[in-house]
Amino acid sequence: MVDHDAVTHVASLARVNLDDEEVEQFAAQFDNILSYFETLDSVPEVESDEELENVFRPDEVCDGLTQEEALQNAPETEDGYFEGPTVS
Amino acid sequence: MSETNAFITRTDIESDDSGPLDGQTVAVKDNISTKGVRTTCGSAMLEEYVPPYDATVVSKLKDAGATIVGKTNMDEFGMGTTTETSAFGATENPAAPGRVPGGSSGGSAAAVAAGEADLALGSDTGGSVRCPAAFCGVVGIKPTYGLVSRYGLVAYANSLEQIGPIAPTVESAAQLLEVIAGDDSHDATTRETDATYADAADGDVDGLTVGVPTELVDGADDAVVEQFEATLDSLCEQGAETVEVSLPSVETAVQAYYVIAMSEASSNLARFDGVRYGPDTEAEGNWNDSFAAVREEGFGEEVKRRILLGTYALSAGYHDKYYKKAQDARAWVRQDFAEAFESADVIASPTMPVAPFERGESLDDPLQMYLADANTVPANLANLPAISVPAGETEEGPVGLQLVGEAFDERTIIRTASAAE
Repeated sequence: MVDHDAVTHVASLARVNLDDEEVEQFAAQFDNILSYFETLDSVPEVESDEELENVFRPDEVCDGLTQEEALQNAPETEDGYFEGPTVS
Repeated sequence: MSETNAFITRTDIESDDSGPLDGQTVAVKDNISTKGVRTTCGSAMLEEYVPPYDATVVSKLKDAGATIVGKTNMDEFGMGTTTETSAFGATENPAAPGRVPGGSSGGSAAAVAAGEADLALGSDTGGSVRCPAAFCGVVGIKPTYGLVSRYGLVAYANSLEQIGPIAPTVESAAQLLEVIAGDDSHDATTRETDATYADAADGDVDGLTVGVPTELVDGADDAVVEQFEATLDSLCEQGAETVEVSLPSVETAVQAYYVIAMSEASSNLARFDGVRYGPDTEAEGNWNDSFAAVREEGFGEEVKRRILLGTYALSAGYHDKYYKKAQDARAWVRQDFAEAFESADVIASPTMPVAPFERGESLDDPLQMYLADANTVPANLANLPAISVPAGETEEGPVGLQLVGEAFDERTIIRTASAAE
């Protein structure tokens, strides 16, 4: 059972604020969706021997973005750095 | 805004090079990075984001002589089946007025169907190229995982998605696939290929075996099945034969797809924190408060829903119940297809089990919308190539025939689709 508190908790884990209306709506919908997902319990064990191969390349220095390009979309920058919110 | 609203941003990027796409106009889905041209993913979060580099497929378009005429509308971050979750408004279906063009690459399919571009690129995580191709009466290809570079594609669910072509004919879709396919040092999941595709559209299906899984036909609307069967009859008249195949694993494919896609999304979309790009909010408080405020403002409802469900599925105590089980279900789908290909060259079904929805019809019930992806998600889970080709119409709009092939055997699905045109 997904209630109001569970939705608020997951939203805080995901760092997404929700308004009260969204919390109510999601709580109602999540029950439906998660109980549908629970039918996965019926999946049989399958031998999965996927043939995967690592792909390697030499570790060589090559051109990347310039500092200016990397910063061009940032809402706030200072002295060539991204400016973020306060840490604590 | 045009009547179709297929484009978020119009461009006129002409190529200096000459190649197989000389004189062709191409529309590019707005989650594929274009240097110097904003790339929004249909989201308010990236309304002003201008990539400093081109996606590999965009470089390849330019090298091939194409003119890029715009960035197309889409469900926000690719999360939808109708193109209605875009922050830039809904897109009209030129082939079925008043109805959705499908999604999430709805703008790309609508642009081609309306003649606003000769060709288009979309991306397909669980059907996002094939669904809009089917609903708009055009051709769309989801390539084998690893055939086309994802470098510069804004990630939604990396393990499932591929960029693919949308075009008016099978041959022109195959031609565009030929341009964008191939290995890329920027995407380690790609592999080298020297395959050609356009010449496979020769319509020769003599002696070909088409597998039909009852599981993907039984759930479809009668009017859709009628068109599907008429198209199969036409293939048989041209020398193909049909056999029944069984894919019991598709019963849990939609569930597995959504658990995996939402889980990957919750991780991928963590990067949108408003520091390196994103809206400038005046939120007070520490990092956590500030991120949560930017993400409330920048993301729409469906994106929030999927991030939260993905976070839930990966959280302590639920990981084994949802995510691990979904991986088992994915392996099961892969195994089922491998067995089916022992008796069939391609596997056929309706692309979408329903006709295009009326606009606004599906927004209130997300689960109902997820179920519409039943026929398209299995190919993504199994990493296989799939094509949607027009197969008649119902009173409500176009129907698509979906053909799934073996890994890296795009040529066989292209050949079969060209016989169905």
